[in-house]
Amino acid sequence: MSGFFGWLNDQLLRMEWLSDLVAYLLAATGLDVATPIGSSIHFFVYDVIKIFILLSVLIFAISWVQSYFPPERTRRILGGYSGIGANIVGALLGTLTPFCSCSSIPLFIGFTAAGLPLGVTFSFLISSPLVDLASMILIASIFSWPIALTYIGVGLVLAVAGGTLIGKAGMENQVESFVYTVPVHDGEAALSRAERFRYARDQVTEIIHRVWPYILVGVGVGALIHNWIPETTITALLGQDKWWSVLVATVVGIPMYADIFGTLPIAEALVGKGVGLGTVLAFMMAVTALSLPSIIMLKRVIKMPLLILFLGIVTTGIIVIGYIFNSITHLF
Amino acid sequence: MIIKILGSGCKKCVTLGENALAAAKAAGKKAEIVEVTDFAQIAGYGVMSTPGLVIDEKLLSSGKVLTVQEIERLL
Repeated sequence: MSGFFGWLNDQLLRMEWLSDLVAYLLAATGLDVATPIGSSIHFFVYDVIKIFILLSVLIFAISWVQSYFPPERTRRILGGYSGIGANIVGALLGTLTPFCSCSSIPLFIGFTAAGLPLGVTFSFLISSPLVDLASMILIASIFSWPIALTYIGVGLVLAVAGGTLIGKAGMENQVESFVYTVPVHDGEAALSRAERFRYARDQVTEIIHRVWPYILVGVGVGALIHNWIPETTITALLGQDKWWSVLVATVVGIPMYADIFGTLPIAEALVGKGVGLGTVLAFMMAVTALSLPSIIMLKRVIKMPLLILFLGIVTTGIIVIGYIFNSITHLF
Repeated sequence: MIIKILGSGCKKCVTLGENALAAAKAAGKKAEIVEVTDFAQIAGYGVMSTPGLVIDEKLLSSGKVLTVQEIERLL
């Protein structure tokens, strides 16, 4: 039975047939995939096609689910919980929402205006770009299921813990005052099945349209690392025995604005070069959870002390997760 | 009347604007389209998911692209 699931996993998720097909086609054109150039081209073509196929299928499926959870409904559900339960539900609902940290700001305003506790809103806000079902399946495809599930697990813990800490800090007065005066509409659009289909289809075209450059750049950088940068250079900078590796990965990742889909091929190539799993996870989390554009937008709705607290908690959390993972890498 | 389309200027927003214009024309009203892309202003209407449709400062829908017929019924 596990043999069958293993086969399913290898062919459907890891798409080994595609890797073989690309290798076969390249060989037919006279390119030897054993050479660095051939291997780079193989990595690039295979990864690009695989990510686009997986992404289209995943976005469609997830958008369908998501169409049952419009922000108004999420807000109403969250309003029914209190204490840490609300933070946990907030983090979980965050996994169902859009892929980009930019779309979180209108949600932040809408949630806060409706009187949801700041800590709960931040649990949602941290989890929303960091963990979602699409990234879980992509990580499973590129790495493995244990790594994917652990990534989701620690992401959720970070969202719940970060939100709880922010809630405890009592910084409600550190939100720009206009946020509290925004009108609250509770009207929720009821969608028919045809509308859900249309919504899911539109999400696929819109998201692919937005992220394809990041994916090409990500896979390109991945292919470069994969075959052209010597392993010694990479491990000298980010090797597991270097105490600063997680710090560097996090600090480099924070200002970067990219989707997790563009980051994964880079992560894949880094792990292949002997970089620690924790370092790579910290890099992926830093890139997706925080970015310069989203920080600038957040600055317009919250004041400096709260912004610094938010950045501090998330950054510290990512670094801690990175070091923990590096020390337990042998378990995977 | 003034039709405001709340959104980042995405394809859906453009479609919604075209539909709203067509609906206004069918209803025999003169309409002007204003695109609101600033998220603080968008949130000011209480909208959490775009695109949003505001006609004469009244929020009619958010989070979906209405068809011409649907907008006509709302006018």
